[in-house]
Amino acid sequence: MKIKQLSVFLENKRGRLYEALKALADSNINIRALSIADTSEFGILRMIVTDPEKAKEILEKNEFTVKLTNVIAMAVKDKPGGLAEALKYLYDANINIEYIYAFVEKSGEKAVVVLRTENLDKTISILQESNIKLLTWDDVLAL
Amino acid sequence: MPFWNKEIETLERKKLRELQFERLQKTLRKVYQKVPHYKTKFNQAKIKPSDIKNLEDIYKLPFTTKEDLYVDYPFGLLTVSIDKLIRLHTSSGTTGKPKAIFFSKKDINNSAELIARCLVMTGAQRGEILQNSMTYGLFTGAFVMHYGAEKVGILVIPAGPGNTERQINLMRDFGTNMLHITPSYALYLASVIYDKGFDPKRDFKLKRAYLGAEPYSEETRRKIENMLGIDIYNCYGLTEMNGPGVGFECPYKSGLHIWEDNFLMEIINPETGEPVPEGEIGELVLTTLNREAMPLIRYRTRDLTRVIPEPCSCGRTHRRITRILGRSDDMFIVKGVNIFPQQIEQILMSIKGVAQNYQIVLESYDEMTIKVEIDRELFDGKIERLVKLKEEIIDKIRSATMVKPKVELLEPGTLPVSEGKAKRVIDNRTI
Repeated sequence: MKIKQLSVFLENKRGRLYEALKALADSNINIRALSIADTSEFGILRMIVTDPEKAKEILEKNEFTVKLTNVIAMAVKDKPGGLAEALKYLYDANINIEYIYAFVEKSGEKAVVVLRTENLDKTISILQESNIKLLTWDDVLAL
Repeated sequence: MPFWNKEIETLERKKLRELQFERLQKTLRKVYQKVPHYKTKFNQAKIKPSDIKNLEDIYKLPFTTKEDLYVDYPFGLLTVSIDKLIRLHTSSGTTGKPKAIFFSKKDINNSAELIARCLVMTGAQRGEILQNSMTYGLFTGAFVMHYGAEKVGILVIPAGPGNTERQINLMRDFGTNMLHITPSYALYLASVIYDKGFDPKRDFKLKRAYLGAEPYSEETRRKIENMLGIDIYNCYGLTEMNGPGVGFECPYKSGLHIWEDNFLMEIINPETGEPVPEGEIGELVLTTLNREAMPLIRYRTRDLTRVIPEPCSCGRTHRRITRILGRSDDMFIVKGVNIFPQQIEQILMSIKGVAQNYQIVLESYDEMTIKVEIDRELFDGKIERLVKLKEEIIDKIRSATMVKPKVELLEPGTLPVSEGKAKRVIDNRTI
């Protein structure tokens, strides 16, 4: 149920984000979801891509500092309160969310969000017990 | 633990200090009487040898700098006549004439005596073989080690540097146990040994190596130790003070013992000349206490280090200094505070998450920016981690230097790679 996310350290330097994305584009790697966490001087680019291992290799070859981390992708109802409902289960179980961001989505029934918490295994079991749909890697690729 | 001269090496501090003072007085009286240049300097400072009533009074005496060595060059600082001299060694000055240091028979014997202490301290003994791969010549390094090893009864192979193939053959044929060698050559030699497919443990009888004459890092030491499966001892010296054997590591390898019965050491602030509190970084200043031909009073070595005041587990009472941290000429001032790049480096290297490379950028007199590359291995994708890392760097540098730096975290590989001497300080300030 865990899926692989790429985290890339980005110095606050002109063109650095472009260079990272260009490197992936040149190798025909598609980005499924993306978010940037930033401070005034540096940031971390987080991505779900079609081939994370290859993407890591390519970025490292281009001198980027990259880490693969496990995250969860969950599908919530695409209507008001859909995400809130899912998060309520985690809140009740006292699980802290480190970060969360949304997926690129084509068809509108479900909204997909990427989630990283302090305890992924516990998060998975709680969400599954609560009948929240978690995406497998195949689901992610099929999106 | 073996000793060459246990009585003097473990002499209790009080007695050691008494001996130092006795020898200091003798030395001062001698240079005042016999060296016009010293007499003039003392007179200018309005001080006579008899004004020095204890070791602390040494601060009243003027320093000797390398410029003083060129006054009345080359024989001007001698306290004996030329017929008492048996050796000249020189140290390459970066400009112009070399520094000329003369030794009497007693001085040569004494410098060998100090090396004998050093060698025995590391476990070397009669019956072992030392391959001396330092340059025999005007440079003191090889000769002082040679005489000291002979004194212990060690078989010396005077190989000199270079001709790596021959070095390896000598080591194999004769079963060399010890090397005296520069760090850069040791690293090269070790890599050739590997490339030739030797197994250092099986094919050689090497136990230890003495590395000196060039600065090198703890990392380099460990690397060579692991490559060759031996112990490496850090060795400090300068031609002006006999050459090697001024400071030497014991088996605990945590700092170099300075033979305080022969050298009076001070650590000063290179800017003000004032002593720094014990344990703080500053410039090493040495006074010879047991030299016949050419005593030097408060000689500015320009080398940065700090005293390790705690007693050493080896039982020797002679205090230790840390490995040389750099040159005092590298010092810069921010917000009126003296800062050494090595101070910053030490702090950075102690912080997990920081890579080897860093740069200090000075744009104004009240701000310093430290650019630090993050460690690729320790990047975990969390922003909090990086924010904390930055805060840790700021805090540690502020508490050590009293100056709060600006810190920029950079991607690994961003800063120019250091080849030998890296340019660590970029000073863009104009007065």
